[in-house]
Amino acid sequence: MEMLVTALICLPFLWAILPAVIHNSKCRAFFVYLGCGIVIALSVFTAVKWYLAGGQATDFDLPYREAFDHVILVGDIFLMCLITYLSFKYKKGVISLLAIVQTVLVAALELFGPKVQESAALHFDWLTFVMILIIGVVGSLIGIYAVGYMHGYHIHHHKELTDRRSFFLAMIFVFFGAMFGLVFSQSLIWLYFFWEITSVTSFLLIGYTRTEEAINNSFKALWMNLLGGCGIAAAIAVGVLLYQNVNLYDMIKIAILSKYMGIPNTLCLLPIACLAFAALTKSAQFPFSGWLLGAMVAPTPSSALLHSATMVKAGVYLLIRISVAMADNYVGNMVALVGGFTFLAASCLAISVSDGKKVLAYSTISNLGLIVACTGCGYEETIWAAVFLVIFHAVSKSMLFQCVGAIENTTGSRDVEDMQGLISLFPKLAVVLMIGIAGMFLAPFGMLISKWAALKAFIDTTSVYVSTLMVLFICFGSATTMFYWTKWLSKILGASGKEKSRDLTKKNEYISMFFHAFMMVALILGFPWLSSHVLKPMSNEMFGTDVQVISYQNIIIMIVLLVGVFVIPAINYVLTKNTKAKQVITYMGGANCGDNFNFVSSTGDPKEMHISNFYMEDIMGEKKLFTPAIMVSTVIIIVYMIIVIGGAF
Amino acid sequence: MATERIIIAVLYVLLAPFVIGLLDGFDRKISARMQGRRGPSVLQPFFDLKKLFEKEFLTANKAQLFMIRSYLVFIVLSGVLFFGGFDILLVVFSLSTAAMFLILASTSTHSPYSAQGTHRELVQIMSCEPMELLVAVGFYLAIGTFNVNEIIKTSISPIAYLPGFFVGFVFILTIKFRKSPFDIATSHHAHQEVIKGVTSEMVGKEYGMVTLAEWYENAILLGIVGLFFLNSNPVSIVCAIIAILVVWFLEILIDNTSARVKWQLMLKLAWGVTIVAAGMNLLLLEIIRG
Repeated sequence: MEMLVTALICLPFLWAILPAVIHNSKCRAFFVYLGCGIVIALSVFTAVKWYLAGGQATDFDLPYREAFDHVILVGDIFLMCLITYLSFKYKKGVISLLAIVQTVLVAALELFGPKVQESAALHFDWLTFVMILIIGVVGSLIGIYAVGYMHGYHIHHHKELTDRRSFFLAMIFVFFGAMFGLVFSQSLIWLYFFWEITSVTSFLLIGYTRTEEAINNSFKALWMNLLGGCGIAAAIAVGVLLYQNVNLYDMIKIAILSKYMGIPNTLCLLPIACLAFAALTKSAQFPFSGWLLGAMVAPTPSSALLHSATMVKAGVYLLIRISVAMADNYVGNMVALVGGFTFLAASCLAISVSDGKKVLAYSTISNLGLIVACTGCGYEETIWAAVFLVIFHAVSKSMLFQCVGAIENTTGSRDVEDMQGLISLFPKLAVVLMIGIAGMFLAPFGMLISKWAALKAFIDTTSVYVSTLMVLFICFGSATTMFYWTKWLSKILGASGKEKSRDLTKKNEYISMFFHAFMMVALILGFPWLSSHVLKPMSNEMFGTDVQVISYQNIIIMIVLLVGVFVIPAINYVLTKNTKAKQVITYMGGANCGDNFNFVSSTGDPKEMHISNFYMEDIMGEKKLFTPAIMVSTVIIIVYMIIVIGGAF
Repeated sequence: MATERIIIAVLYVLLAPFVIGLLDGFDRKISARMQGRRGPSVLQPFFDLKKLFEKEFLTANKAQLFMIRSYLVFIVLSGVLFFGGFDILLVVFSLSTAAMFLILASTSTHSPYSAQGTHRELVQIMSCEPMELLVAVGFYLAIGTFNVNEIIKTSISPIAYLPGFFVGFVFILTIKFRKSPFDIATSHHAHQEVIKGVTSEMVGKEYGMVTLAEWYENAILLGIVGLFFLNSNPVSIVCAIIAILVVWFLEILIDNTSARVKWQLMLKLAWGVTIVAAGMNLLLLEIIRG
């Protein structure tokens, strides 16, 4: 097992060198495919092997642990130098300060601080199991998609940009390695190192095109994530100075124990609060949502990567990890309120935008908000819900981004308004898009099951006002979520008067998208199995209880609904296919021009009719809601951080 | 117990259209009297429905038919879940899934009037959904379960704990029943600015199915009104029926005394009432629970 895990972490880092040095397009593509294939195989093999071995949580060390410790220290300093160099190069030197402060703090503590307890560096349990499958499978599929997409991106669409594909593909592998390292790490110093790599890599990916907008957005992502890094550095400092311990799992244990021992537990909560803060920045919650929205400027594969399998999932991973220590205390309340508020605010904002990628970005933020809210609550039901959401979200969001990217390459626009009648123009892309959208919000898919569990748990939360607010956030947030997805879906399924054109989507892009669609369907069908064979042992491991969160009766209803969503329309379609109907044109008050797409204008000439969705800009617009949303969430975070920090001293 | 639940669910499927159709007939009669007209026979809704199903099938897009049938089936499925005594939260989720099929059916035609109606319908759904979910939450807080068959076994009627939820729910019922002032997605009269809104392009049997689906849906909504009053005492059934009739009459009264508002106002009003009435009630219940 040690060898497998070592390979899983180190291989992607080493493999990244290959696409970086090979500049022959075909040859590089081969090695990227091979690399992605190996990563998928390795992660699935590791996960299955652990599962078959009985699924016991294990602690272990990498071989040559000492050497790795040194590599990490040197790596930290290298990253700091890189950030400092780049931020001065682009005249944003202030940002380097954030990097210098935290790296110097961590390095100084490590070199000159009190000796910390030695413990195993890595940990493998059910949550790790889920995460490596998501990173390995979904992430690698994005890698495969990236090869074809980036080819089209440079050859057909953006000839003006410098072709830096080698760099791009290399960075994707670095990302995999960092994510694997992050989910295995037990020591906070190791976690911090991998955390910083993901921050820097995403910064480099966002700035890929080197346009002014890209550079600005990438630095925005950098400073927000570095701020989060400071949170981890602070947690390390507290751990070293107070407990001579930097083990994440020990800190969680201390926080839980202190609650039962009756010791005033704010001091023990301090590292948890710092970690939660860091995780909030990484999972793009308000007020830190700006960086994920800005990340849109990067080519689609990197958006897909940041939004689904990696980056934001690092944030929620950490939150799920520490959630047991957040149940019914100030840190948990902070996280729950920020998450719930983000769920509602981002879904309102998603109504007002028509850029497909932006809708997806807001929906990611909103969905992550729900996950974050679930972790803040810290009950079995909510963790169950959170993990389900993480799985469903990773698959469907990766699929949606790839699909919107493919649509943009084919039709030249990613605006939702331009997707009118996609089902008749590009049926394959439309079906993928629809499965993705359905996976995000329709009954009885992931979102719904999770919402059911989350609502139930929030009602039972002990803090009165948190409970009330959370219930309201979820009820209103579900309504707004329904609105923006349904109107998109209705655009795709509408009629179109346009001529069919050639689908420019590459074969490997389709392979990746269809595989996602297949996974989505498999997940939905396998949901009862997933619940009893993966999530039940997970909650057993975290809470020591053995209850099934969702009742048998409700599982049956969900399956009925599920079969309903697929089977009822299908049966009805077959039954009505041969119904005799007289084709008529739609009602336009007598102004039709013989079809449904043109009308007689005031000059008497036919004019094309555009049907537009509602965007409610004066109620839900970005100009109206974005700044207040940032203010409200900032206040929540500051107030709670003051309570926790103030309570500690 | 199980057979009882099955019988009620089967009775719902068989009888709901007759009961609600009849109520609709009386609705027209009473409305006509309020406006100083004689009004049609109380059986008129059934004659209308029969006529709709006998008409020639015209359509602008044939794909509409299967989505409308799916809409009908999903509504009936939600009703079976509700009257069969299952989880009320899942009933709400299932109802919103059903509504989506209506939306998709309506937009598939590329018609300006049905598109306008559809988006207004979406706003209506968005206005109502928080309150519908909150009702389920309210029952859970008051009784401790989402299951309808357990809620009815309580010793004190839930209305005692949930007056605010009840007010909020009755408020959104006006939107759900498509009554004035919130008949913005579709009107009862084709000469108005929305024409027939979301149902503009639905003719003959398609429109018949939509009407039938609305009847089935109204049965669920009135059932939820009744649920506020039911308890383990059989007398409460009488109370529930009276409450349903009072609410039903109130809706007719509102319908005949108000003029249509814009969707912006509807959204603000519906959310406002939801937050104030249900939100306050929710907070109080949470405080009482500890």
